[in-house]
Amino acid sequence: MSAPATLGEGIRSGKGLARRILVIYTACFMVYTLLPIAVMIAFSFNNSPSGRVSLKWLGFTTRWYSHAFAIEDLTGALLHSLEVAFASMIVSVVLATPLAIALARYRFRGKSASDIVIFADIAAPAVVVGASLLSLFLTLNLPRGLLTILIAHVAFGVAFAVVVIRARVSVLDRSLDRAAADLGATPWVAFWTVTFPLILPGIVGAGLLAFALSIDDLIITSFVAGQTLTFPLWVYGAVKTGIPPQVFVLSTLIFLGGAIIALINSIVAHRNGG
Amino acid sequence: MSEARPHRRLGRGAAPFLLGLPSWLYLAAFFVVPLVAMLSMSLATGNPLTGYVFSWHFAEFGHAIGRYQDQLVRSFWYGALSTFITLVITYPVAYWIAFYGGRHKASLLFLILLPFFVSFVIRTLAWQFILSDQGLVLGTLKSAGLLPRSFYVLSTSTAVIGGLVYNSVAYYVLPLYVALEKVDRRVVQAAGDLYASPASAFWRVVLPLSAPGIFAGFLLVFVTNVGDFVNAAVLGGPGTNMVGNVIQYNFFNSQDYPMAAALSSILMFLLIVAIYLYARVFGAETIQDYAA
Repeated sequence: MSAPATLGEGIRSGKGLARRILVIYTACFMVYTLLPIAVMIAFSFNNSPSGRVSLKWLGFTTRWYSHAFAIEDLTGALLHSLEVAFASMIVSVVLATPLAIALARYRFRGKSASDIVIFADIAAPAVVVGASLLSLFLTLNLPRGLLTILIAHVAFGVAFAVVVIRARVSVLDRSLDRAAADLGATPWVAFWTVTFPLILPGIVGAGLLAFALSIDDLIITSFVAGQTLTFPLWVYGAVKTGIPPQVFVLSTLIFLGGAIIALINSIVAHRNGG
Repeated sequence: MSEARPHRRLGRGAAPFLLGLPSWLYLAAFFVVPLVAMLSMSLATGNPLTGYVFSWHFAEFGHAIGRYQDQLVRSFWYGALSTFITLVITYPVAYWIAFYGGRHKASLLFLILLPFFVSFVIRTLAWQFILSDQGLVLGTLKSAGLLPRSFYVLSTSTAVIGGLVYNSVAYYVLPLYVALEKVDRRVVQAAGDLYASPASAFWRVVLPLSAPGIFAGFLLVFVTNVGDFVNAAVLGGPGTNMVGNVIQYNFFNSQDYPMAAALSSILMFLLIVAIYLYARVFGAETIQDYAA
């Protein structure tokens, strides 16, 4: 009788120790993940004299925030990024929503082929997606610019959006639309009054993801951009010559904006029973 | 009720195809067709001045492998090593969040995803900053006399692999978390009731049950890292070029499009093999659960 009890004790105290180690480990992991972000934010306030970010801490200043948009082509590149990200968000979600509903609600021929193409699109190395799109644009003799960047960004935005929206649609209670149909709603009316409001958090989440993926993309964009610069491309080009503090300033602002929007979306989705 | 029925039956037939059509057309035109264009580009012959014409010129693949053997081998080595390190680093975190995260699960995952709001280039640049010879870490250690003055990390393969690991941790935590969330807690408890020690319950029950997440994450991270060129360009040096760097070079510097396309096609074959193996082992249905 006593042997299993002590064994149980042993397991419990062993687990306690293991759990404590795991907590400390996870905390260290969080520090590691957030360290570069902290460095970026801290050095956006660094008083570096020459207009290049300095490795040494030279005192606190908000000077770079008041001159955040002083570098014209950097600001222009950021505007390109925002335009493309916004357009990519809208187009990706509009294309993806109907397919996500079809995948969540119907069984049909070709469904697993569709699944595999979407997975391949998500898993494909960015270099391959970029090189293949560039091969197509070269073959068609299509000049590279904002339009080809948008085409490329939607090509991966759609796939991610389908996965996110599909997850939302598949947890919905189908009896709600049946109830709407039983009460005489046509499928069209039932969709817009019942289904759509319920899957909206998924659509918003998918849109934010498409936006974030687009504004962050460097590798695919580097293949299809031609002479047009986006924010990541501008920064990548400046790595060799030196980074002006404005890069850290703008990036900090984007970071805060994105984090706040995502937080609001998740709180709202949570309230609505997400 | 009786009026709704025909609608639904009609819906069963054509509706999924009509709903799917816009996305399918888009993905066909801008994901599948480009891959074909890339393959056909890799079989073309010509030169940058006169342009390239399609021919069944398979020799480019041989040239690509011959000339860039080092970069190809290095890419696969860096990709495999960085993916494995990422798995080892992230598994305990995913495990802790899934099993003991409690009410804070969502907030913890949010913290892990937070770096995504900073551009990938800038995160990598921040590491260049942190690791630079006179930077935050090395500079401090050197002035404290703990490291020799000549010590450096940047432009070594350690820096590139470290960058690859950092940029993939969030991509690995998520599939691992999804898989560990699905592990039935009663099965783990049953192992304990049958006198399995916590360690053997973990190795023989939890770990095998999380295999789909381990492999899905491995596939996503490995394929991404093999094709990366940004970490090598920002954190590496001349001796750390990967296949992505030479693809870029051949497209934009030497304008040898068939060479660049052949190298990219080699990466694409890798992707196809990896996806095929995954679908055979775990099924095509499960593939999307771990994708995003």
